[in-house]
Amino acid sequence: MGDWMTVTDPESKYISQYTSETKMSPSSLYSQQVLCSSIPLSKNVHSFFSAFCTEENIEQSISYLDQELTTFGFPSLYEESKGKETKRELNIVAVLNCMNELLVLQRKNLLAQENVETQNLKLGSDMDHLQNCYAKLKEQLETSRREMIGLQERDRQLQCKNRNLHQLLKNEKDEVQKLQNIIASRATQYNHDMKRKEREYNKLKERLHQLVMNKKDKKIAMEVLNYVGRADGKRGSWRTGKTEARNEDEMYKILLNDYEYRQKQILMENAELKKVLQQMKKEMISLLSPQKQKPRERADDSTGTVISDIEEDAGELSRESMWDLSCETVREQLTNSIRKQWRILKSHVEKLDNQVSKVHVEGFNDEDVISRQDHEQETEKLELEIQQCKEMIKTQQQLLQQQLATACDDDTTSLLRDCYLLEEKERLKEEWSLFKEQKKNFEKERRSFTEAAIRLGLERKAFEEERASWLKQQFLNMTTFDHQNSENVKLLSAFSGSSDRDNPTVHSRPRQKKPHGAPSGSPVCMSKLTKSLPASPSTSDFCQTRSCVSEHSSISVLNTTPEESKPNQVGRECTNQKWSVASRPDSQEGGYSGRSSTYANSHVEKDDLP
Amino acid sequence: MNFSEVFKLSSLLCKFSPDGKYLASCVQYRLVVRDANTLQIRQLYTCLDQIQHIEWSADSLFILCALYKRGLVQVWSLEQPEWHCKIDEGSAGLVASCWSPDGRHILNTTEFHLRITVWSLCTKSVSYIKYPKACQQGITFTRDGRYLALAERRDCKDYVSILVCSDWQLLRHFDTDTQDLAGIEWAPNGCVLAAWDSCLEYKILLYSLDGRLLSTFCAYEWSLGIKSVAWSPSSQFLAVGSYDGKVRILNHVTWKMITEFGHPATINNPKITLKPAPDRANPRIGIGALAFSPDSCFLATRSDSVPTAVWIWDIQKLRLLAALEQLSAVRCFQWDPRQARLAICTGGSKVYLWSPAGCVSVQVPGEGDFQVLSLCWHLSGDSLALLSKDHFCLCFLETEQGVGTAFGQRGDHT
Repeated sequence: MGDWMTVTDPESKYISQYTSETKMSPSSLYSQQVLCSSIPLSKNVHSFFSAFCTEENIEQSISYLDQELTTFGFPSLYEESKGKETKRELNIVAVLNCMNELLVLQRKNLLAQENVETQNLKLGSDMDHLQNCYAKLKEQLETSRREMIGLQERDRQLQCKNRNLHQLLKNEKDEVQKLQNIIASRATQYNHDMKRKEREYNKLKERLHQLVMNKKDKKIAMEVLNYVGRADGKRGSWRTGKTEARNEDEMYKILLNDYEYRQKQILMENAELKKVLQQMKKEMISLLSPQKQKPRERADDSTGTVISDIEEDAGELSRESMWDLSCETVREQLTNSIRKQWRILKSHVEKLDNQVSKVHVEGFNDEDVISRQDHEQETEKLELEIQQCKEMIKTQQQLLQQQLATACDDDTTSLLRDCYLLEEKERLKEEWSLFKEQKKNFEKERRSFTEAAIRLGLERKAFEEERASWLKQQFLNMTTFDHQNSENVKLLSAFSGSSDRDNPTVHSRPRQKKPHGAPSGSPVCMSKLTKSLPASPSTSDFCQTRSCVSEHSSISVLNTTPEESKPNQVGRECTNQKWSVASRPDSQEGGYSGRSSTYANSHVEKDDLP
Repeated sequence: MNFSEVFKLSSLLCKFSPDGKYLASCVQYRLVVRDANTLQIRQLYTCLDQIQHIEWSADSLFILCALYKRGLVQVWSLEQPEWHCKIDEGSAGLVASCWSPDGRHILNTTEFHLRITVWSLCTKSVSYIKYPKACQQGITFTRDGRYLALAERRDCKDYVSILVCSDWQLLRHFDTDTQDLAGIEWAPNGCVLAAWDSCLEYKILLYSLDGRLLSTFCAYEWSLGIKSVAWSPSSQFLAVGSYDGKVRILNHVTWKMITEFGHPATINNPKITLKPAPDRANPRIGIGALAFSPDSCFLATRSDSVPTAVWIWDIQKLRLLAALEQLSAVRCFQWDPRQARLAICTGGSKVYLWSPAGCVSVQVPGEGDFQVLSLCWHLSGDSLALLSKDHFCLCFLETEQGVGTAFGQRGDHT
């Protein structure tokens, strides 16, 4: 406090000094002045104190202070005077208050000064920072300007170069053109000169030739011991107009022969290529249809489209084979159909690929994908069937040929004997052609029948055994009908080897076919055959199974009681209609065996119900 | 592989008879006819002067010996050794002589190509053909011997005459659209005639037997053009070798190019490549030799800028099958007349045989160096005559089984 007091006093004096001279100085200046002034003040504090107030001038200093303070707004230091002339007494309280006020003021000022100083510092640093930034930016601007100028310069140089190169190229091109023109002109010149020289040369040759000929040189001669005969032994002939014509003819003949030969080769090649294309198409169709059928079996209505496609292609095939010439439309048809099949095949392969990838990802739970082992088993089974069918077809063909042979002999002998019986001949011919047509049809049907028959033969065998066991049960339980023989209904899958494309697949609905005799065409085995027991009693079960053949029903018909006849009849009719040829395995019922021998029969036999 | 003794020879004149029974060779002015298998001397004829050219007649009964310097042609008979015939052109001179296909006429080309004289051995008649063209290949007979195509030049234009060989009647005469016809050649089927221009212009024209122009082919302009031409034996392809080092194959249906075979020099050792002098005529660049195999499956070519290599192309696949590089320039190569087997000689003492199964090189035995300069096959493909400057010998190839074992790996370098 003592320091404080000693410091403030000289300051206040200075303040008063300064303020008396300059009224309102700016705060900064003021603070600076204060700062500046504060240092020298501290040195001569004591001397300064004594300088203002001494023992002698107390009254004067008090009055001076009083004046100053009152001008500043402080209350007077004197007490209130009683009269004008009496000495004013010093008001201690007022003095103390004033001192306090002054101290407070001083503190406030110091604070303000500090604030101002800090603000000043801050502003100074800001200023410095801004100046640095400004300097840096200026530098950057400079450098970027310089860079830009550099790049512009380079760009200009490159453009110059480019222009030069273009110019050079143009020059070269012009030169090339010029040289070509020069070459052309020189060539013509040389040709001209050559021709001139050649003419001269020819003249010389002519001259020489004349000289040579004129000389009548005896030396130009041929000495020969004796003349030789011609190579072909004939005499020489005179050259006449006839010989000229003959030579022309021969020449043209040679040319024509060559052209014909070449054309034959080309036709052969064309025919081979067409065959290859057609075969490809057939194979593609065969590849596509069984697989097409599989996913579409789920939706019955779509089978119609499959059939129509196959029929369409089959129709096209027959049309093309008829017109085996290089007809424009036929060619187009062939290529279009191949393209179509190829597109379908491609999409199918893509689908398969997707399926395969899915299988790998998701695991084996896709219905369409058959497991490899199943597939192999199926193929083995099918191969066996094919073998058997082939053997059967061979035997059948032999039989057919025998018949044909005998017919042929009869024909020819009758013709020889009665050569004037033309009408009969004609008739015979017609009948013959009819017979051939029928034979073809029968062949087709037979093929399909045999295939199905063979397959069914196998099923039948298995079924026979089951039937035996079932019959045992049946005999034991005569009264109780085991209607729920659901376990005997088996699903045979994937008899997809049916190659019979000619006949459309038919879902034979036994219920609907009940009253009718012959079915439409020859029902072909579908890819799923169902065996149904004859006594599968709930007719609903039986009828719902989609089968064209249910031979086993017929077998059981002959053996079972009349009560079961009704549902069985349906199944039996199906079988009757189905087949003529089947090498039935042994152990047949009597009724059946009669049916198995004939081959070209499409007769429908109806069994009498027992 | 067996080699026969070495016999004397001059001027590389050694030819098998067309029926394969005999081999004719010349020693100075003597003509020696030997048996083709045993090489025993059958006949010996003596001519008046050194022989420049010999040729068998097509029926193998006669041989002509041309003595160009004397302007003489002497004909000898094999059946009757005492028979003789001498044709003297006198002051007309002689530059070329050949048989007609019937073996009874001789065509002599007089000096300066003034005319072609057709001498008949059957009759006394003589025919003259005027204005024959002096070119590389101006006379060509069809394979069946019916027709003769002849190149002519009149009034600075090229013509082609087609004559019937049986009576020498002019069948067709037409002009060709060429600057300077360099050669003509019949296709083996006798129905198409190829005519090509000189190397200053790349142009090959195809004419039918009756003189119609079928097609023209021109690969490029300005640069030097066609150097060599070869028909395939089946008449399906026409190979055209040109100075740009490429062979272009034309097909007989459209007469358009189906492929071109390039012969780049890069795969070979650059040291061996000859640099052709650019300012000289007939530079040593381009495809100088072309030959089809008898089954038309392979084409052997030689590029003159890389004369040490023989290139073999597979015609069925239209790509290069093998490039056979030799140590020195290939002098001659020829296909076996029966099968796809190529014999190559380079002037050294080795003969090289190539087949699709492999390659083999055989050293010609004998004391001293036998420089194989040329070779020719026997028509059966069982033997090969190797000709050097002064000698020749016969190389008997084993039967197929033997040959098969003789062939080693398919080596490309020998």
